[in-house]
Amino acid sequence: MKTNDVIFQTTTKVVLFIIVMFSIFLFFAGHHNPGGGFIGGLMTSSAIVLLLLAYDIKTVKKILPINFLTLTAVGLMIAVLTGVGSFLFGAPFLSHTFDYFELPLLGETELATAVLFDIGVYLVVVGVTMTIIQTIGESE
Amino acid sequence: MNNLVILPILIPLLAGIILIFFNKNIAVQKWISVIASLLSIGSAAVLVQNVLNNGIQTLKIGGWQPPYGIVLVADQFAALLVLSTAVLGLTGILFSFKTIGIERERFYYYAVVQFLLVGVTGAFLTGDIFNLFVFFEVMLMSSYMLIVHGGTKVQLRESIKYVLVNIISSALFVVAVAYLYAVTGTLNIADLSVRVAASGQTGLLTVIAILFLVVFGLKGGIFPLYFWLPSSYQAPPSAVTALFGALLTKVGVYAIARVFSIVFYHDIGYTHTILAWLAAFTILLGVIGAIAYWDVKQIVIYNIIVAVGVILFGIAVYTPAGMEGAIYYLIHDMIIKGALFFLAGAMVVITGTSNLKKMGGLMKNHPLLGWMFFIAAISLAGIPPLSGFIGKLKIVQGGFEAGQYTIAMVVLLSSLLVLYSIMKIFMKGFWGEQVLTKEQEKGSEKGLILPIAILLAISIGYGFGVEFLSPYVTQAAETLMNPDLYIQAVLKE
Repeated sequence: MKTNDVIFQTTTKVVLFIIVMFSIFLFFAGHHNPGGGFIGGLMTSSAIVLLLLAYDIKTVKKILPINFLTLTAVGLMIAVLTGVGSFLFGAPFLSHTFDYFELPLLGETELATAVLFDIGVYLVVVGVTMTIIQTIGESE
Repeated sequence: MNNLVILPILIPLLAGIILIFFNKNIAVQKWISVIASLLSIGSAAVLVQNVLNNGIQTLKIGGWQPPYGIVLVADQFAALLVLSTAVLGLTGILFSFKTIGIERERFYYYAVVQFLLVGVTGAFLTGDIFNLFVFFEVMLMSSYMLIVHGGTKVQLRESIKYVLVNIISSALFVVAVAYLYAVTGTLNIADLSVRVAASGQTGLLTVIAILFLVVFGLKGGIFPLYFWLPSSYQAPPSAVTALFGALLTKVGVYAIARVFSIVFYHDIGYTHTILAWLAAFTILLGVIGAIAYWDVKQIVIYNIIVAVGVILFGIAVYTPAGMEGAIYYLIHDMIIKGALFFLAGAMVVITGTSNLKKMGGLMKNHPLLGWMFFIAAISLAGIPPLSGFIGKLKIVQGGFEAGQYTIAMVVLLSSLLVLYSIMKIFMKGFWGEQVLTKEQEKGSEKGLILPIAILLAISIGYGFGVEFLSPYVTQAAETLMNPDLYIQAVLKE
């Protein structure tokens, strides 16, 4: 018997965006408040997991045509290159810096290179979590 | 500030990441692996020379002053081991080309090997006890993947044991670090040394020292914590076993040497006596295993345990001679164990079995392989012109100086039994009645000779070039015997 998930799927469509927004908020809050790449990445993957529950793996792959293993590697690459970047300025590995910039819409904003490293962490967490869940889900 | 120190960690890390992108293109994977290994060897060699000329090199990660940030410390001991690791990485990769098989190669094999090298190199270079834990985990996670990679039945069974034991020992490591942090309030090894010295190593700190001995003993396979090692190391393919046997246990031994010479050296009468007796039992149990088996891989695996015991005894006697001997023997053993596992792997490739009773007369068709095995065997036992001699000589000298006559005699006697166990392979496998004709052989030695030859050449050069090597090793032992040098280099600038 085929079940009808119309309520679940409709709720998912609404809730999904709230979760993704919250995960992005957590990610950017990390420097001064609780949050950061790890929890942000987990929250984003939980949004994708909700999508997996509401639909099936094939549909989700169509919505998000991402190879999550490659995503992990990209994240690692970003994190390591942020560290290597400090070589260019003659500073020790992983030296970070920050400054204040006038940005349109946001006004005066603190931009830190640590965020680049955190993007790496974020991508690795999303990539690893989704690889694990998809691999277990697909194997029979 | 010297970014050179991080290059031996960074090169394999970047190579490992790049290899993930090319997991379907095996030719590209091989090229990247070899080039990265050559670059690591180059950077490690430059590091060794740099340390010899300019003293201990440190790198404050992110520019934070120790003890507040993580610091990488390359003293000569670490630098030499990093160089040996890089060489073994290259030969391991070369040996994998012919033996590992396309199915494994397509599934991130080379990337994981690079991550294993990252973990080992990082563990050698770090100057922070929690960072040491992190690099241990990098190394162990890669080894979990390598031990189960391929998914044969025996690998699955052994990987469960291996993972279980290592997770327990990692948890103990965290507990030990937590206790140490609660007592001293610092994680930086140099700063730990200062604070432990200031408190005069109270009873509580000695208890923590023993807890660290248990943790590193589980990683390094010393008596009575070696029980997981023989069966686990037999499961994966020969190339992986060679990397494990040459690198993983040595990291445990390195950690013991580091911790018990720079941090916990104030109650030698207690801690180092325990170390010495554990070393003696490790040697005894190792040789018993090595004599008992008729399986090529098992014999070499039990010889790892013997070597761990010998090195540990050199550390335990805590005299300059003993420490130098331990360093000589540690580097010799990394190289020769790699060579022996490759040779055993080549024998398995040719005969299709590792059972010694089912092979014989390999010398007829493979004279080069046979004589290389012979050289490796006498080098392992410590026959004078070869590389195993100087290390054992110094260790025994240190043992006699420290008055540990019984255990020093055990070390000497063990050489005889090690020689017997390894000659058994040579005499039964290479001499005797020929079992397989050229046509019946399961595989060829083609492509396997090169990595073995590289390691043997280094081993022979190492044995004959002791004069050339001695300034490096003396400098390494000096740092281990004088913690002040290490502390000065890290904290005072």
